[in-house]
Amino acid sequence: MKKVFSYLKNYKKELIFGPLFKLLEAIFELIVPVVMAKIIDNGIGKNDVGYILRMSAVIVILGVCGLAFALTCQYLAAKCAYGFGTELRKALYKHINSLSHDSIDKLGTATLINRLTNDTNMVQNGVNMSIRLAVRAPFLIIGAAVMAMIIDIKLSIIFLIVTPIISVIIYLVMSKTIPLYKKTQQKLDKAASLAGESLDGVRVIRAFSHQSKETEKFNNVCKELSENMIIAGKISAILNPVAFMVMNLGIVAVIWFGGIRIDSGSLSQGELTAFVNYMTQILLALVVLANMIIILTKAFASANRIKDIFECRNSVISGNDENIIEAENAVEFRNVSFSYKDAGDMSLENISFSIKKGGMLGIIGGTGSGKSTIANLIPRFYDANSGEVLLFGKNVKEYSTDFLRKRIGVVAQKASLFSGTIRENMQLADENADDDTIVKALKIAQAYEFVSRMPEGLDTIIAQGGRNLSGGQKQRLSIARALTGEHKIVILDDSTSALDYSTDLSLRHAIRNELKDTTVIMISQRATSLKNADMILVLEDGKTAGIGTHEQLLKTCEVYSEIYFSQVSAEEAAK
Amino acid sequence: MIKTLKRVMSYAKPYRIYFVFTVIFALLGVALSLSVPIFIGKAVDFAVGKDSVNFKGLMKIAVILIAVVMLSTVFQWLMSLCTNKMSFYTIRDIRCDIFSKIEKLPVKYIDSTQKGQLTSRIINDIEIISDGLLQGFAQLFSGIVTIVGTILFMITINVKITIVVILLTPLSFLAASKITKLSHDTFVKQSKLRGEMVGLTEELVGNQKTVKAFVYEKRAEKRFAQINSAYAEVGAKATFYSSMTNPTTRFVNGLIYAAVGLMGAMGAVGAWKFVGAMSVGKLSSFLAYSNQYTKPFNEISGVVSELQNAVASAERVFAVIDEPEIPDDSDKETISDCDGTIKFENVSFSYSKDTSLIENFNLSVKNGQRIAIVGPTGCGKSTIINLLLRFYDTDKGKIIISGYDSTDLTRNSLRSKFGMVLQETWLFSGTVAENISYGKPDASREDIENAAKAVYAHSFIKRLPLGYDTIIDENCGLSQGQKQLLCIARVMLMNPPMLILDEATSSIDLRTELKIQSAFEKLMSGKTSFIIAHRLSTIKNADLILVMKSGKVIECGNHSELLSRGGFYADLYKSQFSS
Repeated sequence: MKKVFSYLKNYKKELIFGPLFKLLEAIFELIVPVVMAKIIDNGIGKNDVGYILRMSAVIVILGVCGLAFALTCQYLAAKCAYGFGTELRKALYKHINSLSHDSIDKLGTATLINRLTNDTNMVQNGVNMSIRLAVRAPFLIIGAAVMAMIIDIKLSIIFLIVTPIISVIIYLVMSKTIPLYKKTQQKLDKAASLAGESLDGVRVIRAFSHQSKETEKFNNVCKELSENMIIAGKISAILNPVAFMVMNLGIVAVIWFGGIRIDSGSLSQGELTAFVNYMTQILLALVVLANMIIILTKAFASANRIKDIFECRNSVISGNDENIIEAENAVEFRNVSFSYKDAGDMSLENISFSIKKGGMLGIIGGTGSGKSTIANLIPRFYDANSGEVLLFGKNVKEYSTDFLRKRIGVVAQKASLFSGTIRENMQLADENADDDTIVKALKIAQAYEFVSRMPEGLDTIIAQGGRNLSGGQKQRLSIARALTGEHKIVILDDSTSALDYSTDLSLRHAIRNELKDTTVIMISQRATSLKNADMILVLEDGKTAGIGTHEQLLKTCEVYSEIYFSQVSAEEAAK
Repeated sequence: MIKTLKRVMSYAKPYRIYFVFTVIFALLGVALSLSVPIFIGKAVDFAVGKDSVNFKGLMKIAVILIAVVMLSTVFQWLMSLCTNKMSFYTIRDIRCDIFSKIEKLPVKYIDSTQKGQLTSRIINDIEIISDGLLQGFAQLFSGIVTIVGTILFMITINVKITIVVILLTPLSFLAASKITKLSHDTFVKQSKLRGEMVGLTEELVGNQKTVKAFVYEKRAEKRFAQINSAYAEVGAKATFYSSMTNPTTRFVNGLIYAAVGLMGAMGAVGAWKFVGAMSVGKLSSFLAYSNQYTKPFNEISGVVSELQNAVASAERVFAVIDEPEIPDDSDKETISDCDGTIKFENVSFSYSKDTSLIENFNLSVKNGQRIAIVGPTGCGKSTIINLLLRFYDTDKGKIIISGYDSTDLTRNSLRSKFGMVLQETWLFSGTVAENISYGKPDASREDIENAAKAVYAHSFIKRLPLGYDTIIDENCGLSQGQKQLLCIARVMLMNPPMLILDEATSSIDLRTELKIQSAFEKLMSGKTSFIIAHRLSTIKNADLILVMKSGKVIECGNHSELLSRGGFYADLYKSQFSS
């Protein structure tokens, strides 16, 4: 929590002067009824025209000053809140960037996005409101009460009764309605997801002729929603009229008992008017205070959630070695075992293999066999639980992580392009990559043909999530992206699934012919894609089911030959 | 704008009784609450000074005041209840209407509209209509009643001072509308920037693993910082502008308060004769009115901008409701017994007029035949299915199913003869059993289990926490392949005479596919089936393979014929095995 609010430290001035100006405004506001009481008692009472004129001018001056102070405060509050919010977001994003993959898995990207956008906004809003109201509202309440006491201590007992009653009413109504509104929101979310669902499944719904059933289902949710809204509305509609009623009953009491006090001579007519005025002020201030408490509660809850993110530590500690030495093996696994956090089963058990520099390793296996896990261990997205992962003869933990990752080009299963031009996307690994380098990479990835056909070429804008590209185009671009930069190793993690066979084939040929010095790790479900690899690792349930060349595996590894023959007919294999 | 308002009101028609009561209660409630200061003023006048307090009069006023306050409380509460009922029932009806409309719109419309956009119509826009048009109307109405009422009550006390207050009114209006406009404009800018920032965040954080893999963190932070500070600048401005409302109102109120005080006091002492007779009590009522006089102006200017938003939202909603529906076809024929034959006669179709896709397509399929369609992505494979099930209608030519021209049949009866498994699995949030029995809601549990057993889904379903009663949602932990098996079981249970399998096994890994291959064989036996597949090994046994390229069937025949022809298919097939 302290960490979250530490970003306020550059805004100390605003934090002090904002509420201060607001306080001044509130004081002025409290003085006005007193001045009016004086006008009534001294001006009207003593028929003093000059006094009335002077005091009226005082009220106007008080108003002008009040406006100036209030605006100053609002300005300072907005400046402070947004300045704070910006720094908080920046720091939070930086922190998120430093988190390792296991933290990201644990927190989930949806949560992170939410923390970074909604929660920071909530805290920012809380800061803004605190500056504006945290001093003003309680001050007005206490101030009005104190002023009332100064005028007539006995009569002010009514204040001490009415204020708590209104507070309790506000509290009761809110504590009832807030859960109800939450429930309403849930129903609305349900309606939204139902709508989304039926849009996604439009073909299935129609194929099964279920349109009217879907409509009925949605109508029922809407009915529940409206009933819920009406119940919540019923209770929250109590708040204003009842608070208004209690306040007015308080005023009735003030008039009655005030009448007694006036009759005994301890209160003047003007003072009674001021009293009534303060009563009204208290009600308004209480409502504001209640709203502020809600905002602050939300802000604190958000601040807590942000704090949780800040407390997540990066578990992958960078080494500092930035040199690659000549070694025979580019990558080597020695008895590596690994399990994802919170997962009971081992994802990898005792895996050992090595690839020579410039060689190609193929990895094959069913879903969940641990293929991608191997790809994740090499750039240290995760650290092995036991055993060693070596890159050019040194444990990957010795390298600085940035240096290490800049040497490894990873193409993930799901192509993820960023909004921006194709060129910008190609420069992800190396900011300074020139067009020649990019074109070369595009050519190898079989992407140059469609890129050059685009009217804008490399300057074509990719929409968010690559919506304006087909699945195969996205995959080829993300392959090309991994081929720019100083990558010594390229890992293709089942990244050609959307390509047809002939494109896949030309891609593999190009990689082998053009990238002779680059070590390639290719993960695939297609046995034929890996047939020519120097070495093929067959995984099943995280264990090595076989390792060797295609010919060796056909003879020795049952799992491999089963996969292979399911994809290739017997006569084809015989050729 | 008037037309849209009228249309929303027509939805509110069944609930007009609530509307009538809203108006009545608003009038009563506001009038009563406005009369409170009058009585307070009278009470003050009864308490002039020492030993001269009229307790009898004071008592009478106190009793009246209590009654007035109680009644006005009840009326205001009832007014809210009526507004709520009217608006919540009305938006429920609009919402149900737009949803049922969407179920009746052509698939073409849904394909060409972003899903998020449509969902936002159904959810957000309708909420905005509720807030702005219906609730806003109640606010607007009670606001106007308050202003008119305040002026009337002030006139009863003193005409001259009232005139001064009214002369000062434009000031409140001006201030309120200036600020509203100023803050509205910056708010629009702010929400645009916020949208951009959220978009960028989703992209960067959503692809966090890519960011890290490419050591892109520094540059990503720079991009984020840029939009972050732009947002902060506009946001601070928008917040400041909108926060000007309250102090400014307080200020205008203060001016009116001072003017009323000055005139009232001068009138009371008789210095300004033109003001007329004033008492301290009257002055205090007047002060109370002037204190609340500007508040409704603020509310009204807020309501007006909300109203504009609501009208815009309503227009968007009605635009969807006004889209042409699929024409009603309930008077058309239904297939009684389907013989499983399908014929395409000179069928032409394209999604957009400028680019032709399928031209003069002819195909005749006998009962029980297996037709495979292969070809590169975007070649029109799935189009054939869109046409078969009449998700889209042909531009030219006929599709004849079991001897019927498919356009002479009701869509529902046509579709009930097909079982369909698509690449993208679709399960709704409900139990596993409900999902399997989607096409046959009255199926017994035994039938459901048998269907699941037939497609090898039974064993994993049994292992789920609640077996067949497990609720399927986003985090139910089912793999893509398992979901696909449920979709296949669904078709298995329905047992239709014709089948469509569109990349049905592409998300299942190879070893599982091997296992369910026999389930597919069982499913397809004796049925006319269309198979679209990526993996050529799954379609080798088809009776007829259609090879498509850019919307045209370029080759056609069975596997061995096509191979020996040495054309496109042969190339495709060979590239699968070369390395």
